[in-house]
Amino acid sequence: MTISTGTNRAPGTAKTSEQPESAEAAMLPSATPVQLVDPNGTHTPHADYPLPDGGSLLAAYRKLVVGRRINDQANALVRQGRMAVYPSSHGQEACQVAAAVVLDRQDWLFPTYRDTVAVITRGVDPMEVLTLLRGDWHSGYDPLEHKVATQATPLATQLLHAVGVAHAAKLKGEDTVVLALCGDGATSEGDFHEALNFAAVFHVPVVFLIQNNEYAISVPLKSQTVAPSLAHKAIGYGMPGERVDGNDLAALLSVLGKAVTRARDGGGPTLVEAHTYRMQAHTNADDPSRYRSQDDVEKWIPKDPLSRMRTYLRELAVLDDDGEARIAAAAEEMAASLRNGLNTDPVVNPEDLFNFVFTEKTSQLREQADLLRGELSREESSEEVTP
Amino acid sequence: MTDTTERVIDAAAELPDAPQAGELNEPGQAEARIAGPVTFAKALNAALADAMEADSSVVMFGEDVGALGGVFRITDGLTARFGTSRCFDTPLAEAGIMGMAVGMAMNGIRPVVEMQFDAFAYPAFEQVVSHVAKMPNRTKGKVKLPIVIRIPYAGGIGGVEHHCDSSESYYAHTPGLTVLAPATVRDAYTMLREAISYPDPVVFLEPKKLYWSKEVLDLAELRETFEASTAAPSIGRAVVARAGTDATLVAYGPSVPTAMAAAAAAAEEGRSLEVIDVRSIVPFDDETVCASVRKTGRAVVIAEAPGFASVASEIVARIQERCFHSLAAPVRRVTGFDVPYPSPKLEHFFLPSVDRILDTVDELQWEDQA
Repeated sequence: MTISTGTNRAPGTAKTSEQPESAEAAMLPSATPVQLVDPNGTHTPHADYPLPDGGSLLAAYRKLVVGRRINDQANALVRQGRMAVYPSSHGQEACQVAAAVVLDRQDWLFPTYRDTVAVITRGVDPMEVLTLLRGDWHSGYDPLEHKVATQATPLATQLLHAVGVAHAAKLKGEDTVVLALCGDGATSEGDFHEALNFAAVFHVPVVFLIQNNEYAISVPLKSQTVAPSLAHKAIGYGMPGERVDGNDLAALLSVLGKAVTRARDGGGPTLVEAHTYRMQAHTNADDPSRYRSQDDVEKWIPKDPLSRMRTYLRELAVLDDDGEARIAAAAEEMAASLRNGLNTDPVVNPEDLFNFVFTEKTSQLREQADLLRGELSREESSEEVTP
Repeated sequence: MTDTTERVIDAAAELPDAPQAGELNEPGQAEARIAGPVTFAKALNAALADAMEADSSVVMFGEDVGALGGVFRITDGLTARFGTSRCFDTPLAEAGIMGMAVGMAMNGIRPVVEMQFDAFAYPAFEQVVSHVAKMPNRTKGKVKLPIVIRIPYAGGIGGVEHHCDSSESYYAHTPGLTVLAPATVRDAYTMLREAISYPDPVVFLEPKKLYWSKEVLDLAELRETFEASTAAPSIGRAVVARAGTDATLVAYGPSVPTAMAAAAAAAEEGRSLEVIDVRSIVPFDDETVCASVRKTGRAVVIAEAPGFASVASEIVARIQERCFHSLAAPVRRVTGFDVPYPSPKLEHFFLPSVDRILDTVDELQWEDQA
């Protein structure tokens, strides 16, 4: 392996269509979240962000519908006791789909526990993805094979791993961009700060996407931060920040696409804040009625990412009844495959407890594996003699 | 028995002076093919340089490791020799250093990070415990993390607060971490090389008070022996540092020289103590420790860390479980007291001393006491 001997480049400034008056201005997010298709399904032009073409939007919309179906099916499977837990991303599917779609094959995705739809959209086998939430093992897929990190449950720790992958890619001269997801609660963690600072200082190709869904379990954003916006934090690290309508698939594709291109071209990291809403409970263990009203939740229903994109694509005439039927069929096919996969009992191997702690088992682990093996064989033999 | 006051050894007086500028060899300078006095610090420095020379995926980073060469000069000359891509300073952020190392290891780099001081590593603790230790397990071995976490460790240097913690129990208690604590200059070189070549994450504890201790050896020969794979592996293997027949002193890292001094003093009094240098805390070498205890029938475990819920406690438990019928006396510990690491003027009261070890050995139910 060859590691380049180049020095770190100075932090760059954002390349916008208009020349900014200062580096500071280039780093500040737009005054309001970037929006390209409003909740009525109408195109709202933006000077800096072009609207993706109809074909790209249709392809992404298809994944959006499938993503919604994954959420609904997974929730049902938790109720049926087929999964241990499912943190739903219902209402946030546009963020998830866009995060996966803007990346090339050689790029890396760093998801959180709520980003199952993003991981599946990236192409990982859904059953391998749901291994974690079913409870058979912590990660069911090979991160190196898919360039998708394990779904992180501690907050913000994965952002530093994303910086490390990007830094290694830079040292090795790889054409790799890393997109790292986190929520609004994670921005209060020290690792969030350290990750953004490292990314800017080492000028690495990372795009940080905060899905600001207004709640960190029960704590609302106003109790999390008093910053003008989460995207404003970017300027403190010396990188551009941008705000985007997190329920607008078109705007997300455009804003994230630009940040990915900028990172790929050597322009360094970007912080993007997507304004969205967690329509459902944090997980099945949560009771959202204790901390927010149903009225507040219902205010977000008209902003739904699916309905507005559907309206826009129907207006554009790239989506018709036949197309919708095909997309619905694909979503049903996904749901059926999840049901089929999860309705079988998982097969776990008790020996696996000891198999992956170290590359080579220590003598202590060999003894403990023998102990468990002995217990299990005695259980089996006692079952045999029981009438 | 001699008066114990005669045995008092001032730990601070044993410490040689830190090197002056230029005393460490210049980077890239070929070591003479003759054995000479080499410091523990120089051996570590040579191990880093040789590992970086042998494998271009080895990258060293941390706080002040670049131009300064680390506050203990262990990375002296590496940036000049290998460039800022291979040995570089980071912002002052231990979680950042540790978390970035995880990602770099995921993408084909072998990171070696320096944590500057034991107690300064605590901000990185979540990254170490939740990710460094668990990532290979979470991914069923698909993601290996060949990271070495170098930690200048433990006391005896007159450091003020937060500079002298013995933190090995935190790491040893975390499944997935290999924890090493060399005590000799030879081990400093070979164990660091081994750690850097190891497929799993290693917490590499460098006893600060031994940095300027010296041994006569030939670094070029050590390098050739290591690279020809003819060196005996040290991870998971304890060694008999001094042979004896009457009792076993089990020690690691900074406590090994103290145990050796105690054994030397005991020999003058006609008592033959065997000293086991554990070297590898995880994996732990039950075989070598138990073989010694079965032979001698008595054991004292020595460590600087507070004794409660410690590695020393674990070693005692393992000996009791495995060697109970060979024991002539309860297995005892000589450890730091269960107090925060004390200020410089107080640390000699805290640290396991030759006297305290010998007094404890004296209490091991000898026949002349019956």
